[in-house]
Amino acid sequence: MSGEAHVKIGFIPLVDAAALLIAAHKGFVAAEGLDLELIREVSWANIRDKLAIGRFDAAHLLAPMAVASTLGLGHVRVPLAAPINLATNGNAIAVSMALYAELAAEGEVAHPGQTARTLATLVARRRAEGREPLTFGMTFPFSMHNYQLRYWMAEGGVDPDEDLRLIALPPSYMVENLARGQLDGFCVGAPWSSVAVDAGVGVILHFGCEIFERALEKVLALRESVADEEPDLVAALLRALCKGAAYVDAPQNLEEVSQILSRPEFVGVDAEIIQRVLTGRLRVQGPETRERVDYLIIGEESATRPDPRQAEWIYAQMLRWGQTRYSPAMADRAKGVVRPDLFDAAIGGVQVQREIKAFAGPSFDGRSYADYLAGFAIGQRL
Amino acid sequence: MKIVIVDESPIRSLILQEGLREAGFTQVERIGEMHNLLKQIYAIDPDVILIDLENPSRDTLEQMFQVSRAVRRPIAMFVDQSDTASIQASVDAGVSAYIVDGLKKERIKSILDLCISRFEAFSKLQDDLERAKSDLEERKTIERAKGILMKAKKLSEEDAYKMMRGAAMRENKKIIEIARSVITAAEMFK
Repeated sequence: MSGEAHVKIGFIPLVDAAALLIAAHKGFVAAEGLDLELIREVSWANIRDKLAIGRFDAAHLLAPMAVASTLGLGHVRVPLAAPINLATNGNAIAVSMALYAELAAEGEVAHPGQTARTLATLVARRRAEGREPLTFGMTFPFSMHNYQLRYWMAEGGVDPDEDLRLIALPPSYMVENLARGQLDGFCVGAPWSSVAVDAGVGVILHFGCEIFERALEKVLALRESVADEEPDLVAALLRALCKGAAYVDAPQNLEEVSQILSRPEFVGVDAEIIQRVLTGRLRVQGPETRERVDYLIIGEESATRPDPRQAEWIYAQMLRWGQTRYSPAMADRAKGVVRPDLFDAAIGGVQVQREIKAFAGPSFDGRSYADYLAGFAIGQRL
Repeated sequence: MKIVIVDESPIRSLILQEGLREAGFTQVERIGEMHNLLKQIYAIDPDVILIDLENPSRDTLEQMFQVSRAVRRPIAMFVDQSDTASIQASVDAGVSAYIVDGLKKERIKSILDLCISRFEAFSKLQDDLERAKSDLEERKTIERAKGILMKAKKLSEEDAYKMMRGAAMRENKKIIEIARSVITAAEMFK
């Protein structure tokens, strides 16, 4: 890297881009000698394409999308490298007022296992009555939102490919579609479920971390060739992003960070809503709140360090839902997307071993895909 | 061959539609309303889908590759591994194309090339329009500043202009910047 390197990074307006947005806004990136241009994008497909052809040097990306691009699923095969986690968790499943009333009338709504079983009852009833199947929204086929929704409902006996409709929608469209009755529920990143609750059109049923305790949500992705050929650039970006993540995480910065993220060129929603998301104290229905400190994890100890087990887990979800076939080579390629080696070279530190752990179902050790997939009643097997 | 254009801009779609018709593609429809996008697409059942890159519904469209069970015919991306030049050209022009599996690549290539050139023509048209607008604004500002100087310093129109041009050269600024300062100053002296 010589002189001021110009770096273009694409992002989608979501709170989980906070480490990147704050690193840019507070000058942490500039302090590394990088001249950063942030580009707010309208779709994940655009981000992927612009990253693939080099219009972006790096991007805020759905972790499963980095794996999909590397494996060539759904599009051209472009190997990507994810040398840092931007966010873990942060999603929520919200349902319409009408569906919530039906669920609550039928049983307990606190535990995802219970709501999934109730959902199965409602689905069966709708079918018997000849009514239209339920429709749920998520942001992209290769997203944790898709896998969280599917995992949750399948535990109750709902086959997401047969029993209801799942459609991909841009995050900012979810609330409006819920209000208009086009959607009965959705799983999306913050702040959109909170916006639905505030608008009085939805109820947050479950936090993402109630489905998967610790799932990799967003990464900073670069083309693998760039990541390997420009170690100085990667290291400079990682140092800046780690500073950004730590800044977001420091309680004394909460108000300032929320204000910055609320700007129209960043996330563009009320700072108060962003503050709720960052503290994990969300309004779930009217004024009623629920709190989980791990609702969205950005800067806490070792949260930014990539963990290859997360990529294996993502590959396993892809297999379960028939998005790809199994081969040991593909499993290795998927695992190779997340790059703790690059992180350690730039930042160092140790990995705190943490399980991904779902609320139910078999555990996954990253070795036996066959056993894991055989542990589910619904979904593909090897 | 049935072609669908997903674009919220009616003018751009018209330009594209016209180009496709000229090239012999007569079955071209436009979807300008994004609600129920998938339903509208299934109803038309197109062979080729063209979408503006700034349209957030691109992700909705991409999902169609995944849920082929719900679609009568599988839709695939036009691009193939070897064709990064096409992706680059279309991304730069701001358009993306999706086709039904099994269509001849050469035929699609001609459609995409046509789209790219029409999208480029459209954005050039917009740039020209913007430029014409700002040129007009600048001319008006300079005229106003000239008028102020003529009145205040009892100058001819030509001398007033020369005075501003001289100041612009001395200060290494554009004449429009000098004109704006003249107007600001005059307003403060009112």
